[in-house]
Amino acid sequence: MDSKLFDMEEIDIAWCPGCGNFAILNALKQALSELEIKPERLVVVSGIGQAAKAPHYYQCNLFNGLHGRSLPVATAIKAANPELIVIDESGDGCMYGEGGNHFIHAVRRNPDITNIVHNNMVYGLTKGQASPTSLQGFKTLVQREGVFQEAFNPLAIAINLGASFVARAFAGDVAQTKDIIKKAISHKGYALVDILQPCVTYNKLNTYQWFKAKTYYLDSSYDPRDRIEALKRASEVEKLPLGIFYLNPRPPFEEKLSVYQENKDPLYKRSPDLGKLAEWIDSKRRI
Amino acid sequence: MNDKPLSQFKEEVSIVLCGEAGQGIQTVEHLLTQTLKLSGYNVFSTEEYMSRIRGGSNSTLVRVSSKCVSAPVNRIDLLLPFSPGAVRHIQKRISSETILLGEKKVYGNEYQGERAIDIPLSQIAQEIGGPIYSNTVAVALLAGLLKVERRVFDHYLKHHFEGKDENTIQKNLEAARRGYRASDELLRNGKLQIDLVKHNEIEDEILIDGVEALAMGAVAGGCNFLSFYPMSPSTAVAVLLAEHSKVFGIIVEQAEDEISAMNMVIGAWYAGARGLASTSGGGFALMVEGLSLAGMIESPLVIHMGQRPGPATGLPTRTEQGELLFALYSGHGEFPRIILAPGTIEDCFCLAQKAFDLADRYQVPVFILTDQYLLESHYNIPSLDPAGIPLQKHFVETKHGYKRYQLTEAGLSPRGIPGFGEGLVVLDSDEHDEEGHITEDLNLRTKMVNKRLKKLELIKNEIIPPKLVGPENYKTLIIGWGSTYHAIKEALERVGTQDVAFLHFKQVYPLHSNTMAYLQKAKTRVIVETNATAQFAQLIRLQTGLAMDHKILKYNGLPFSVEELEVQLKSVLT
Repeated sequence: MDSKLFDMEEIDIAWCPGCGNFAILNALKQALSELEIKPERLVVVSGIGQAAKAPHYYQCNLFNGLHGRSLPVATAIKAANPELIVIDESGDGCMYGEGGNHFIHAVRRNPDITNIVHNNMVYGLTKGQASPTSLQGFKTLVQREGVFQEAFNPLAIAINLGASFVARAFAGDVAQTKDIIKKAISHKGYALVDILQPCVTYNKLNTYQWFKAKTYYLDSSYDPRDRIEALKRASEVEKLPLGIFYLNPRPPFEEKLSVYQENKDPLYKRSPDLGKLAEWIDSKRRI
Repeated sequence: MNDKPLSQFKEEVSIVLCGEAGQGIQTVEHLLTQTLKLSGYNVFSTEEYMSRIRGGSNSTLVRVSSKCVSAPVNRIDLLLPFSPGAVRHIQKRISSETILLGEKKVYGNEYQGERAIDIPLSQIAQEIGGPIYSNTVAVALLAGLLKVERRVFDHYLKHHFEGKDENTIQKNLEAARRGYRASDELLRNGKLQIDLVKHNEIEDEILIDGVEALAMGAVAGGCNFLSFYPMSPSTAVAVLLAEHSKVFGIIVEQAEDEISAMNMVIGAWYAGARGLASTSGGGFALMVEGLSLAGMIESPLVIHMGQRPGPATGLPTRTEQGELLFALYSGHGEFPRIILAPGTIEDCFCLAQKAFDLADRYQVPVFILTDQYLLESHYNIPSLDPAGIPLQKHFVETKHGYKRYQLTEAGLSPRGIPGFGEGLVVLDSDEHDEEGHITEDLNLRTKMVNKRLKKLELIKNEIIPPKLVGPENYKTLIIGWGSTYHAIKEALERVGTQDVAFLHFKQVYPLHSNTMAYLQKAKTRVIVETNATAQFAQLIRLQTGLAMDHKILKYNGLPFSVEELEVQLKSVLT
């Protein structure tokens, strides 16, 4: 499938020139077309932030909801209609800050969705405040003495919670990022793809050069089913590994729901059984 | 027949059961009300209880009557206490007419004389096999006094203990026999004369509470998705729908918080499901952000708010009509909404069913405001009609080039759902263009605001009119909404004044256009609400400019009793 199928006509992209979001957008469009996913079957849910605008720039069904709240929405959409392919795409502030609690519980709940997080370690849309993933010492107009908190480690948290798929990519490498996204979408269950991405305007610390120097790919000898090893790699800070850290296949949320045990129809095709409701009401008459 | 009767009951008996949490009072209530209903009596029961799992003092009122009664009374004819603390808890309601049944060691020496009837419940239970049987003895005692046939009682008892071992069932049947024997003695010596009229048709009626009616109504309305976070008194709705989720194909998910619950429900509607968010005031506070989202993206949404006293945690297990203005003004930004407030068990069903239709038809949030009192009160009603409102789905199959927010003359944009049709369904919490994409075109902004608000005009064709109870040519109008319906109605019947009528609202927003005329016709207007600031009176004033002459308000966490309303109404009517 041609990735042009996902192109939009006449769009005014709100990102800064050189933004890492462009590379992620390209990688995602290529991944979708190589997987031959039709835009009509695809639902992308996003929150608020520069990253959350991404799905406005490619063809898809789009639920651009509230800041931090995309995961509950994505979970419910997949549950209400498992025939849809659901991607949740937003930034580090949206997913790990405002939406932190939902992130934890989405990992536990394990809906079959792909969670793409544009992680530039800074708030872009609100002009440069620290994000949960900002590194210690990172100075901003608010964090004037530098961030003192420990940086949020989404991979380690997801692995600890038994996430079914955990990966990290780097926007500077579109080809590999595309491959990781393809694997994440093809994976059955919750799949986290944390994508390291420079913010050319507000993050002068974590630049393209910085990421290039500070990252390396997990090699073919690495076993993503080894939880302890995955945690070790996710905890590395001197050099940040890229690739698929952890695989823990298990039945997704919607497959566990009793509504799909016998009937696979999405909910929109169904109507209540009024005969059974009448029986329920009648059960209150006599025993 | 050698004694002068202590009391004679021909119309009605008011029974109160009181004890600690964990003593099984709910089981006693259940067995008693069910067997009374199956015997052809009108039954009403309601509970007041503390926010604890064990201990404390709780009470349950059971009104048994020849005619239909569905409101709480203060009066206690028969009191069955299960703990000494419970007697103190309810002391103010014990009158010289109250008959205490049960163990002297429980109700204490304070109560002497022939109205304190000592029935050695625990001794009898011990003889049968242990204290666990004392509740069955007690229920059978009451059932016997009320002339529930033994075969009806035993049949129900066997049904209730179905699945238990044979020994348990036999012991309970023995407990029933002993309870009946005790009641025979009381009836034989003529101390109590209870001769209520039974009606055969009631045997076939249904006996349910507000929770059950609401859940059934939601099913009738096509509800197939519910997400919630536990909070009294709304949890029971989720628990009940979870119990029936397999049969009716409902996804019931306990979310990590109410924020998530609300966003899940909105996501489910987007994908074509019919979602319900069930919560109470404190939980709804977290849902408010999502409510505003629903307003912006024009998502249908049904919110059930089981009210309890606030602010903050308030009184978790008590009742109040305190969230009307919260429901009305919640959510940032301007968008239309509908607020329904059931007054009866039937309303709980019908309005829940209607809420889903209205939400889907007009793409707006619809509130159902109940409260702890209404949710947890039972009484018998003839039936409920599952097909009362034909189930119609209002989403469309999309075509290529579909625009979710198409500007139309009628005001409503046809609602597509993803995966049904060729089109793409795009929506944004930002202001958006017709396709649903983010925009800062300020002319379009004005058009979109107008489009959203125009729905309120369309809704006006469907507003449920208020119901007038009493004479058309009234001078005084009593105004109430939601759960106070039966209490006001019965209190007014007792007052018996000719030129007083009662106007009850089960839709409190938007108000029906005939509201103004009803109110203007009255020389005196009296509002009755269970809150401290007369919230509905405020709403009425805002909408009509008309103020109330008297306010009868209660906000201690308990519902109005018929007697106290009668007294208060009399004082404003003279």
